[in-house]
Amino acid sequence: MEIKGTRAPVSQQSLQVEKPEHPEHIGGSVSIEINDRKYSVPFGTTILEACQMNQIHIPTLCHHPDLCVAGVCRICVVEVEGMRTLQASCAYPITNPLKIKTTSDSVRKARKNIMDLMLSEHYGECYACFRNQNCELQKLAKEYGSDGFNFGHVTKSRYDVDHSSYSVIRDMDKCILCKRCVRTCIDLQEVGVLEAIDRGKDTHIGTFFDKPLSDVICINCGQCINRCPTAALRANDPRDEIWEAIDNPNKHVVIQTAPSPRAAIGEEFGNAPGKSFTGEMNTALRKIGFNKVFDTNFTADLTIMEEGTELILRLYKALVVKDETVALPQFTSCSPGWVKYLEHFYPEFIDNLSSAKSPQQMFGALIKTYYAELNNINPEDIVSVALMPCSAKKFECNRPEMNSSGYKDVDYGLTTRELAQMIKEAGIHLPEMEQSHFDDPFGEASGAGLIFGATGGVMEAALRSVVEFVTGHKAEDLFSNANVIPVRGFEGVKYFEIPLTEVGPVPGILKPLVPNWDWLKGVTLKIAVAHGTANAKKVMDNIKAGGKFSECHFVEFMACPGGCIGGGGQPIPTNAEVRKQRANAIYTEDESLPLRKSHENEHVVNLYETFLTDGPCGHKSHKLLHTHYIKRGKYIS
Amino acid sequence: MKNKIKRSGPVLFSGYNRGEAIRKVITMSREDILFNIKESRLKGRGGAGFPTSTKWMLVAAASSEEKYVICNADEGEPGTFKDRVLLVEYPEMVLDGMVVGGYTMGAKKGIIYLRGEYEYILKSLQDYIVQMRKDNLLGKNILGNEGFDFDIEIFLGSGAYVCGEETALIESLEGNRGEARNRPPFPVSTGYLGNPTSVNNVETFAAVSHIVIKGGEWYRKMGTDKSSGSKLFSISGDCERPGVYELPWGITINDVLIMVGAKNTKAVQVGGASGVCLSKDHFNRSLAYEDVSTGGSIIIFNESRNMLSVLKNFMEFFVEESCGQCTPCRIGNVKLLEGVEMLEKGEFTFSYINRLKDLGRTMQLASKCGLGQSSPNSFISILDNFKGEILNRTGGKNGN
Repeated sequence: MEIKGTRAPVSQQSLQVEKPEHPEHIGGSVSIEINDRKYSVPFGTTILEACQMNQIHIPTLCHHPDLCVAGVCRICVVEVEGMRTLQASCAYPITNPLKIKTTSDSVRKARKNIMDLMLSEHYGECYACFRNQNCELQKLAKEYGSDGFNFGHVTKSRYDVDHSSYSVIRDMDKCILCKRCVRTCIDLQEVGVLEAIDRGKDTHIGTFFDKPLSDVICINCGQCINRCPTAALRANDPRDEIWEAIDNPNKHVVIQTAPSPRAAIGEEFGNAPGKSFTGEMNTALRKIGFNKVFDTNFTADLTIMEEGTELILRLYKALVVKDETVALPQFTSCSPGWVKYLEHFYPEFIDNLSSAKSPQQMFGALIKTYYAELNNINPEDIVSVALMPCSAKKFECNRPEMNSSGYKDVDYGLTTRELAQMIKEAGIHLPEMEQSHFDDPFGEASGAGLIFGATGGVMEAALRSVVEFVTGHKAEDLFSNANVIPVRGFEGVKYFEIPLTEVGPVPGILKPLVPNWDWLKGVTLKIAVAHGTANAKKVMDNIKAGGKFSECHFVEFMACPGGCIGGGGQPIPTNAEVRKQRANAIYTEDESLPLRKSHENEHVVNLYETFLTDGPCGHKSHKLLHTHYIKRGKYIS
Repeated sequence: MKNKIKRSGPVLFSGYNRGEAIRKVITMSREDILFNIKESRLKGRGGAGFPTSTKWMLVAAASSEEKYVICNADEGEPGTFKDRVLLVEYPEMVLDGMVVGGYTMGAKKGIIYLRGEYEYILKSLQDYIVQMRKDNLLGKNILGNEGFDFDIEIFLGSGAYVCGEETALIESLEGNRGEARNRPPFPVSTGYLGNPTSVNNVETFAAVSHIVIKGGEWYRKMGTDKSSGSKLFSISGDCERPGVYELPWGITINDVLIMVGAKNTKAVQVGGASGVCLSKDHFNRSLAYEDVSTGGSIIIFNESRNMLSVLKNFMEFFVEESCGQCTPCRIGNVKLLEGVEMLEKGEFTFSYINRLKDLGRTMQLASKCGLGQSSPNSFISILDNFKGEILNRTGGKNGN
């Protein structure tokens, strides 16, 4: 698929290395010398990569494996024989034999001086900083044995902290201008809210006309937070309010936990990425004082029922009723960063967004209605917390329309990082906890709900159910072990077709909505999955131009690279390898569960029988579980 | 504005007929043109001194449909005004040189990146371009030469000094923030809009126009072995006859001072704010790439001048003009300026001043582009060459 056009300046894009016309003549590799030892590296490898491949440590700061090269912090400089100046190893592609020195006198002096310069401008004290012990600047200072401020140290704050956003807080006093956030926003996400403003000593990272973050087109994805090496960016932290609610005996504090935090929270306690701590986390949450611990996967299952039904209804209207006003493809709406992205960048497409709320907001509406009634608790006394891998969820729960229970449906969005901090404050070492289950009446959830955390997960969950509904065959008969492999993995945009060659009877729950499936017979279901808004942009531009994706029926979009497991609220660092491990943790847990399909969740079925009695997309579910969107556009007054 | 041409030489300020160079090159092969430029040993006149023939050969050899010839007229170095004079008095030499470049390198488009403050020249240059088009010195099939298409556009800068750095200039042309790119890749392979691009100084193009007519060997006979030809110098400061001079490379500073009527000279700043400041004992040195290299700016200070004030002025300039991208330049220049202020107040230690000189060397080595790499030159050279004056003046009372 040929898609062109990116907002990033050339200087902020990936290295362009001219490939030799006949790489075979030079074997595609180049012989180099690093510190007098000989190595052979692939043509075009950067000096930094060459050193990393050969276990030679080079300090870096503006470099991030997810981002294009910048070469601005200059801490990674090395000596290249024959060159007058030192070279930034992160930005220097090896195309001819080089002799490199990584620890010569001039290199060491330069790094020390650069380190001292950065420290001179970095406001604040390490022990009074939330990134203490997880700060790349601090780590480098230690590595270089910094023992004083050799070029002085700022003693006065120069910038006001921007608290305007529900999701992201910016404290530019801590910024060292590595521009990772800029490259994240412009190049990785192609949103373009952050850029350097002014020049020389006045250079700072800012927004359009230095407006508060709440007044620009920030989508709250928080990817910038995950890549900030210091404490300049952080999520809007509700810990104090939550502790206060827990301490208040008149409040009933419940927490729902999304699938991705459990797959990552172990990293905050020194575990390698890739191991889930679901049971341990449940116990820790109860020890902290939450009255009930629920599984967001339950409403993920409910989302599949609602969103899947909505899709069937849209298809029915389009194919049978021939209603030309029906918007297709239907877009998923679980990712609040993606939703806001669409509202800003493609407002003309908001009818394509599924009206089904995200699992977080469905849960919020149910807790203060269904759960409150069931347990005879005044919804006013319920404090509903959502543990999410996401900073945009904080914005989402504050959207004014998210109050269909009559109250604020979800009171606080809490990130994985923030919960880890609460657990530490409570004196708990998470990995040592015994395991425990989620609480009823939402205690059971399917693996389909669990895999929402990884890119392609919502699509896979939907397919497991929709295919069974329509064909009458078990998902396992169509996909080995019900694993829909083509929608998995980290390819930016995935595309998949399922020909519906035969149809079965309409299941009971859908009988009020469609008479039969005959109209779907012979239809090829076309679906796509995109993660990261840069990839979403590619798909949207293609749809806009009437390309292949405009023929799709259903498209899953996630704002964050890798989906929720790579969310802006997840532990730092997050990179490709870490995302892969977290996804593995989720898929492994899914396969170990007895229940793998949303529509087989008995508690969900029970909810439709006792509470949402007019069925999926019925009147009551529309009131509680569906929402509407705003055409925001890019011009905000 | 009055242009003070004080001394004309055999090359740049000499007779030249409009279109002459273009008429000549269409009779030549690309190889012959490149050979002549190589023979001339012409080096980039912006200051960096990169061999022009090498740059042009790389662009000429690049296999790309689109190539660009850019004239760097962002003359922002303090004390430099020779490009402005060329563009006002002899635009034909410069623009013909660009057309020669287009012909030689196979580029169809030329861009003049004109310094924002030179807006007043814009109109006359545009009129000149229109006239060239009328005369078929620009446009399609130039001078009836089938397939020889070349046109020139002017882009007005916005006042940032860093945009004189060729990759920052290209970023600016593309509509981005003026910030230097990582090199490699160099503009000759990945330049404007990712295409092979040759960025040359105004004076370089003017020199090329003469070289293709009179031959590389003629040019090489002037100047020194390693610095061939003649050079335009913008001379200002404490002298009787400031202005633009065309002089052969290799002339000593002393000879220049006599020529311009400078008396009681204490210091000569060669190469503008980013250049070096020389004291009397260096005045017998010659201006040449192999000795005191320069893009052409010479500022003369007599005995009445305070060298610390001079240095402060330069450092204030760099603090303001650093693009702010890389650490050594953004913060380093601030620290050097603070050091100057400490010296002014007499509140300093020798060890800290030495640390700042060491920082200056780091900036020279580790900054991302030429701006940061050259901005400590004044600091280091003034502290080295005028140590007595600076330390006596302030007494160095807290010295240790």
